[in-house]
Amino acid sequence: MALIADIVSWICLIAGSLFALIGAIGIIRLPDVFTRMHGAGIIDTMGAGLILVGLMVQAGLTMVTVKLLLILLFLMLTSPTTTHALARAALNGGVKPLLDKKNDGEDEPSKT
Amino acid sequence: MLHRLSLGLVLCILWLLLSGYFSSALLLGLGLASAAAVVFIAHRMDVIDHEGHPVHLGWRATIYLPWLLGEIVKANIDVAWRIIQPSMPIRPNMLRVKASQKSELGNVIYANSITLTPGTVTVELEDGLLGVHAITAEAAEEVLSGEMDRRVTAMEGHVETAGKKVE
Amino acid sequence: MFTAAAAILVTMAIALVRALAGPTVFDRILAVNSFGTLTMLFIAVYGFLSGRPEFLDIALVYALINFIGTIAVTKYVTFSDLGYSADKGGSGDP
Repeated sequence: MALIADIVSWICLIAGSLFALIGAIGIIRLPDVFTRMHGAGIIDTMGAGLILVGLMVQAGLTMVTVKLLLILLFLMLTSPTTTHALARAALNGGVKPLLDKKNDGEDEPSKT
Repeated sequence: MLHRLSLGLVLCILWLLLSGYFSSALLLGLGLASAAAVVFIAHRMDVIDHEGHPVHLGWRATIYLPWLLGEIVKANIDVAWRIIQPSMPIRPNMLRVKASQKSELGNVIYANSITLTPGTVTVELEDGLLGVHAITAEAAEEVLSGEMDRRVTAMEGHVETAGKKVE
Repeated sequence: MFTAAAAILVTMAIALVRALAGPTVFDRILAVNSFGTLTMLFIAVYGFLSGRPEFLDIALVYALINFIGTIAVTKYVTFSDLGYSADKGGSGDP
């Protein structure tokens, strides 16, 4: 039983780390502020969520799980608010979003 | 009144869980007193309303949240796969959608749900009209299809009878 | 769990690169916000790693401070003033 919990928590932790890493790569690779927000969104939802769930499975039914659950709840409430505030500020601040309707892969100043 | 009661209950539970003291009557009493004091101060400041503390959504939220979780996971995998591909097949575009919720709370829940789903970010929200930045055409179609809009409206239900209208 | 901690550290480093290189100020704010989220995760994982779950309280507070700080910096950049009240929507104080 403990072995199963360990394996589940390991899978969650590894997957969460992987998603966080992919999100960070997205923050580096994507071409402008508005698209980078999606990369940050991956870190905030999937990366943090999976890592916290992995820790919860590790902790079992204790006080620690409640605190982890609270962290997750706060994160899920605050992350869209932050992203929205930032997007609005960027739009008001005169940053034009890169848009392409027809051709993909043309207007990316490839960073990597 | 429902909101005051639920706020007090939530504060008590939070105090119990975060402090971890269950046995000492003095400490439990002090915790109860501090929760009551917070409810009283919040009542005097007139900050308890159905927006900050939406308990009246009740069981309908328990139908919506798992669906939202599934959507978030699907969108995450999609966007992550697009990022790690060397060609990076993204098509950023902006679109406007109509939010059909009746109250501001419903609008905010809808906008936050859109932002929480990777691939779409709510850029502006004015009078029930949302400006959405989508990273792919598929994500944009997902928003335009309006399924999330319908579900949030269904969750909102008959909100006007439950809470008082915002000024 | 070591793997997770190491991966979070690498991710933090990558986010820091974007914060240093970002062309606009909003890129930097975005990167620093992600950095804060990752710091919170790292504190939580490190608490488990060293067997001291009390670190979770710090992580909880860090998450809240990260949110408030990001909002404050965004507001400051937009209005050049922290005391500016929003002109639309609900009235600020009764």
